[in-house]
Amino acid sequence: MTTYLLTGARVLGEAPTDVLIADGKIAALGSDLTQGAEAADAARDAQRIEAEGLVLLPGLVDLHTHLREPGREDAETVASGTRAAALGGFTCVHAMANTSPVADTAGVVEQVWRLGRDAGYADVRPVGAVTVGLAGEQLAELGAMAQSAAAVRVFSDDGRCVADPVVMRRALEYAKAFDAVIAQHAQEPRLTATAQMHEGVVSAELGLAGWPAVAEEAIIARDVLLAEHVGSRLHVLHLSTAGSVEIVRWAKTRGIDVTAEATPHHLYLTDELVRSYDPVFKVNPPLRTEADVEAVRAGLADGTIDVVGTDHAPHPREDKDCEWAAAAFGMTGLETALSVVQAAMVETGRMTWADVARVMSFEPARIGRVADQGRPIAVGEPANLTLVDPDARRVVVPQEQATASMNSPFGGMELPGRVVATFLHGRPTVLDGRLVEGR
Amino acid sequence: MKHLLSAGDLSRSEAVTILDTTAAMAATQEREIKKLPTLRGRTVVNLFFEDSTRTRISFETAAKRLSADVINFSARGSSVSKGESLKDTALTLQAMGADAVVIRHSASGAPHVLARSGWMTGAVLNAGDGTHQHPTQALLDAYTLRRHLVGLRGGVDPVGHGLDGQHVVIVGDILHSRVARSNVELLHTLGARVTLVAPPTLVPVGVEPWTCEVSYDFDQVLDTEPDAVMMLRVQRERMGGGGFFPSALEYSRSYGLDARRFARLPDHAIVMHPGPMNRGLEISADAADSPRSVIVEQVGNGVAVRMAALYLLLAGAGDASPPGHAENPAPIEGAA
Amino acid sequence: MSVPTDGLADGGRTTEIFDPGDMARALVRIGHEILERNHGAADVVLLGIPTRGVPLARRLARTIARVEADVDADAVVGDLDVTMHRDDLARQPVRTIGATSLPPGGIDGKVVVLVDDVLYSGRTIRAALDALNDLGRPRAVQLAVLVDRGHRELPIRADYVGKNLPTSSAERVRVLLDEIDGRDAVLLNGDVR
Repeated sequence: MTTYLLTGARVLGEAPTDVLIADGKIAALGSDLTQGAEAADAARDAQRIEAEGLVLLPGLVDLHTHLREPGREDAETVASGTRAAALGGFTCVHAMANTSPVADTAGVVEQVWRLGRDAGYADVRPVGAVTVGLAGEQLAELGAMAQSAAAVRVFSDDGRCVADPVVMRRALEYAKAFDAVIAQHAQEPRLTATAQMHEGVVSAELGLAGWPAVAEEAIIARDVLLAEHVGSRLHVLHLSTAGSVEIVRWAKTRGIDVTAEATPHHLYLTDELVRSYDPVFKVNPPLRTEADVEAVRAGLADGTIDVVGTDHAPHPREDKDCEWAAAAFGMTGLETALSVVQAAMVETGRMTWADVARVMSFEPARIGRVADQGRPIAVGEPANLTLVDPDARRVVVPQEQATASMNSPFGGMELPGRVVATFLHGRPTVLDGRLVEGR
Repeated sequence: MKHLLSAGDLSRSEAVTILDTTAAMAATQEREIKKLPTLRGRTVVNLFFEDSTRTRISFETAAKRLSADVINFSARGSSVSKGESLKDTALTLQAMGADAVVIRHSASGAPHVLARSGWMTGAVLNAGDGTHQHPTQALLDAYTLRRHLVGLRGGVDPVGHGLDGQHVVIVGDILHSRVARSNVELLHTLGARVTLVAPPTLVPVGVEPWTCEVSYDFDQVLDTEPDAVMMLRVQRERMGGGGFFPSALEYSRSYGLDARRFARLPDHAIVMHPGPMNRGLEISADAADSPRSVIVEQVGNGVAVRMAALYLLLAGAGDASPPGHAENPAPIEGAA
Repeated sequence: MSVPTDGLADGGRTTEIFDPGDMARALVRIGHEILERNHGAADVVLLGIPTRGVPLARRLARTIARVEADVDADAVVGDLDVTMHRDDLARQPVRTIGATSLPPGGIDGKVVVLVDDVLYSGRTIRAALDALNDLGRPRAVQLAVLVDRGHRELPIRADYVGKNLPTSSAERVRVLLDEIDGRDAVLLNGDVR
């Protein structure tokens, strides 16, 4: 196995350090590693990567990725999605269960897990469905999925809400048996039956059916109280409104074991963009108002929101080249997530790179119970690392991305930061900003 | 003006130009020979994804009176009903050489998608999209209002004028009404004061920035002696279980223009309705059939307004600036 | 009379072809010619083509009314907008449509004299003949113009001409009228040969 020496890397944005990667682990840390006595030989033989001025982060972990395989390989495959993940600095992604067939059995989750292992660009942790067929009625075999080779620890009907309070209560309780978490897509279905976009000033003008904030907040409020009642872990997916931030903040002060996620697009984009009627901005939950974006940023900065999850949701061209109402909900995000977080949180002075590591690596790994991801950058730890050039700026070109789909809402926008290298268990998946082929 | 997508896109001078052009078109429609050669050789496609015989016939008549070739393309029975996408339909129309596409669609924003997609180069004319906009309806309403309130009542030639100082009340299902949205924007642009009246369930959340007042009390608004009352069609399927109002009876009792409310209107006030009417629900026969009802005239004005819109979109070379006087350039000032 | 002045709009020089007196004399002469040719004013209707044909037609009507005691100037004059009959619409920015108004007696069986300021390619008059055709059936149609500058593209000629003005196509002829422009003049703009 090749050894790598990163010279002058700023670990979590701190002072420059050399980092030696050998045998899948971080072998040494310190200044001038080639000069020391013992490590010197290995370091001198290592492939050098000039990392002066670059920020070194733990490999990013996404709790919320739609890889679309099995079933919609025209939108994305495990292989294409994990290549996109690697380019975005991710070393681990959680593959959502809303595939076809639905990942509601041990067989499907093991298939996805194996596809990820074979592709080799990121650890793929399947998310299991909470209910059979995502129908929200009967619990899926959570135990079988938890005990399968895929060792599922996150269960979600994402794309649909577990709306029935009894089913949600049982899921929360049952998941305790294997230290798993229920990740809820909070959307009251009756309040959003025909919803097309955030309900407010813009929807009123555009004549698009509204998706009211209360439809999200009502479910989150119910679920944190259920989690408190049964003493379970709850994870709130893609929280998008100022009210949701308030509810989670309240729940946390009350000691409820709740974690929450925000997506890059809810940190950066508003419903004003819908005025173009360009379906690339159609997503669920919808883009909200500037006040909501501000509240979500504040919630992420103060720890109310624990993680950034991409909700990378690829769709084929024909599902977006159409009328707004006919278009699919969803945006790609793996290859822009880190840049958007840098723009929204780091460049605004609200977060440090250490905070970025917390919300995009340490916490997602902890919530997903991924043992060898989201680890500190220390000697002996697995070498899952992401090297970022924070001073680079780039214009997003969806056609040039590795994801098989083109529905990025950031197309044409200039964003800061560029992933220079990604290491997965000591092997580079990305070097010089390009995929390392033939893995 | 390259496209006509939303009444809100029109400046006051553009809107007045359209109304003035409408007046010129209307004058030609009183002649024995109504057909003009103006758009000879141009092709107008009526692309109707949603059934509306009235609107389609109005556009078709307008285009034919200007000698354009008209192709009617309705979703029912065409490839669209077999799942053809808007994109493929647009590419087909482009290949057929459509100079303008008049589009009616149940999805809000579909005309915008068509205009901005690059799938076709012709002008796009919105003939009603979902619950968003219906600009030619608002223009014909504004033309009708101007003719009656500024022209006939004000006694001046309305050409060049807006609707300054007029108070127009729009009553009914605002939430689902593209007519209301278009009229609020256009009538405000033309200087009128607009009041919307509806039960709170039929007023959209987020109405606050609209350039109008909102009331839940029709009788109170009638006290202000409005110059015109526009009644919107209320669809019966909106009521009942989990619906927007409890019953037709309760709706008409509170929001219908019945004989009693009609009698309270000022003598000069006119009654409008975009059609088709639900007699006995939102409007009584007393109001609909009275001499102050301009509902039938609205339909006739629709043809003239659509002739004006087609003329302004299609007659000029490419992306035309506001109409000018190319043949008679401004005199040379100071030359002596 | 030909007074060189500073060229403004198109560069080059501007020459005044007609001053107010020249214009008045030309219109009086045309008025008399119309009466002479039609053996009086009976059945004569003057239709001005917007923009500047409209006041010219009204001036001619007044001239005729001064000569023929039984003629009411307002009753024999109208406006004929030709915009919607033009063949060059697609080549220029959208034109404002002018008003068409016929005298109370209509045009059927009448002698219609079309009145315009400048006769050039003849295309405006072609459009006017088409527009007239949609409005009624005159007994005869005649044409009066203040300036004929040549360069005809159609077999059309004027019956009454204020001034024949040979021009190059690079030059511009401008008619100014008191009613619209605040003064009467005919200007030739461009290089003087």
